[in-house]
Amino acid sequence: MKSLLNQQQIALTIKRLANQVLENNTGLQDTVLVGIQPRGIFLSERIVKELASDISLNKMHYGKLDITFYRDDLRKELHLPNQTDIRFSIEGKKVVLIDDVLYTGRTIRAALDALMDFGRPEKVELMVLIDRRYSRQLPIQPDYTGRSIDSILTQKVKVFWQERDGRDEVVLID
Amino acid sequence: MSLSTRHLLGIKDLTPSDISLILDTAKEFKEVLQRPIKKVPSLRDVTIVNLFYENSTRTRISFELAEKRLSADTINFSASGSSVSKGETLLDTVNNILSMKVDMVVMRHSASGAPHFLSRHIPAAIINAGDGINEHPTQALLDAFSIKEKHGSLEGRRVAIIGDIMHSRVAQSNIYLLTKMGAEVTVCGPPTLIPKYIDQAFNVKVEYSLRRTLEWCDVANVLRIQLERQNQVLFSSLREYSLAYGINKKLLNSLSRPVTIMHPGPINRGVELDSDVADSDQSIILHQVENGVAVRMAVLYLLAGERNSA
Repeated sequence: MKSLLNQQQIALTIKRLANQVLENNTGLQDTVLVGIQPRGIFLSERIVKELASDISLNKMHYGKLDITFYRDDLRKELHLPNQTDIRFSIEGKKVVLIDDVLYTGRTIRAALDALMDFGRPEKVELMVLIDRRYSRQLPIQPDYTGRSIDSILTQKVKVFWQERDGRDEVVLID
Repeated sequence: MSLSTRHLLGIKDLTPSDISLILDTAKEFKEVLQRPIKKVPSLRDVTIVNLFYENSTRTRISFELAEKRLSADTINFSASGSSVSKGETLLDTVNNILSMKVDMVVMRHSASGAPHFLSRHIPAAIINAGDGINEHPTQALLDAFSIKEKHGSLEGRRVAIIGDIMHSRVAQSNIYLLTKMGAEVTVCGPPTLIPKYIDQAFNVKVEYSLRRTLEWCDVANVLRIQLERQNQVLFSSLREYSLAYGINKKLLNSLSRPVTIMHPGPINRGVELDSDVADSDQSIILHQVENGVAVRMAVLYLLAGERNSA
């Protein structure tokens, strides 16, 4: 097991990611943030908290998206849904999708399908804490990346969050 | 986590965690139904036949909508106008349909136990949409979902089931479900329409006074007087039934606290429920119908998953 990011690095990375979103989307006008259930929510909550120091929270549109019903592997395994909570229109908006680890790209494919059922966004961007590059099965790339890593198929990336696991850390498991 | 069963034949076979799983999943499907596009691709590769050997409006439409909103392919079959009238047996009919590669069967039948019989002979997943006087599991699930939505939880909730308990599959499924989930149940109706020893067979109380029942309960699930199942005279007239067991606004207003009114439909207006009760703020009858689609989506989704993980 190898540590990829420690608590301090995660905090700095989240600060940077939040600033990059602001840089690209001044004042977050017409921009909405959407965290992907269940594991992307921990990152999206932190990003929202970080942005709240610059932008008043009631101006920010933030939602949670569950992609269970859009998965392509129901034939293989039953997955149980989590809450979807998007109380605003995404029609014509810029959407920043937020997830913790980008691996095969299949989750993001499902998320894009799910998102389109809420309206037609002007643009969709993708933010991830960890990008496992060279392991994609679909042509999907992040716009905001915490850390890119090279890993092989048998390895696993695990993200621990204070809120759930009692510590902030990203590790690579062999 | 997944369901403990491959079919939904009755609430009798479900565990409390099965019931919770279905109700929790239904909550997420209810959210799907509020979206601009009320449809998800989950069951894109699943074909479902709706076999209705008995008339139905709500249940058939509700199942069909649930299937369509899950992107399943559906076939509708009703016994009238089919080869059933030429003497084809149930098993032959179903096997012929299944040979055309159908994955799931939703069935309503006037014979109690018909879906159980099928489940022993065919490989497809079967969902009971009402069998004779036995069970109507999805109705009980949507009733439970509606009670939870209105009152927060089932545990400790006081639910009265009022009317023809004897012939009602809705009553039986509701009794199984509510008692499994820790609600208190009282059945109320004329003695001729309440099975003897029901309080010993199930964990329910029996009450013959409508007023006392309504004073006791949080929720009153009022059943339809099933004229088509009365082959003997169990009460003298509809008017007499209505005077003793019909709920009107005056009676409701005279109670010490508000009671939530439910009804599985179709309502005999002026018999078991007066119009001003059925259409009042206390009635959640149309919410029940709305929730029915979400609950049936949950059942179909969970059973389709079972089918694939088996």
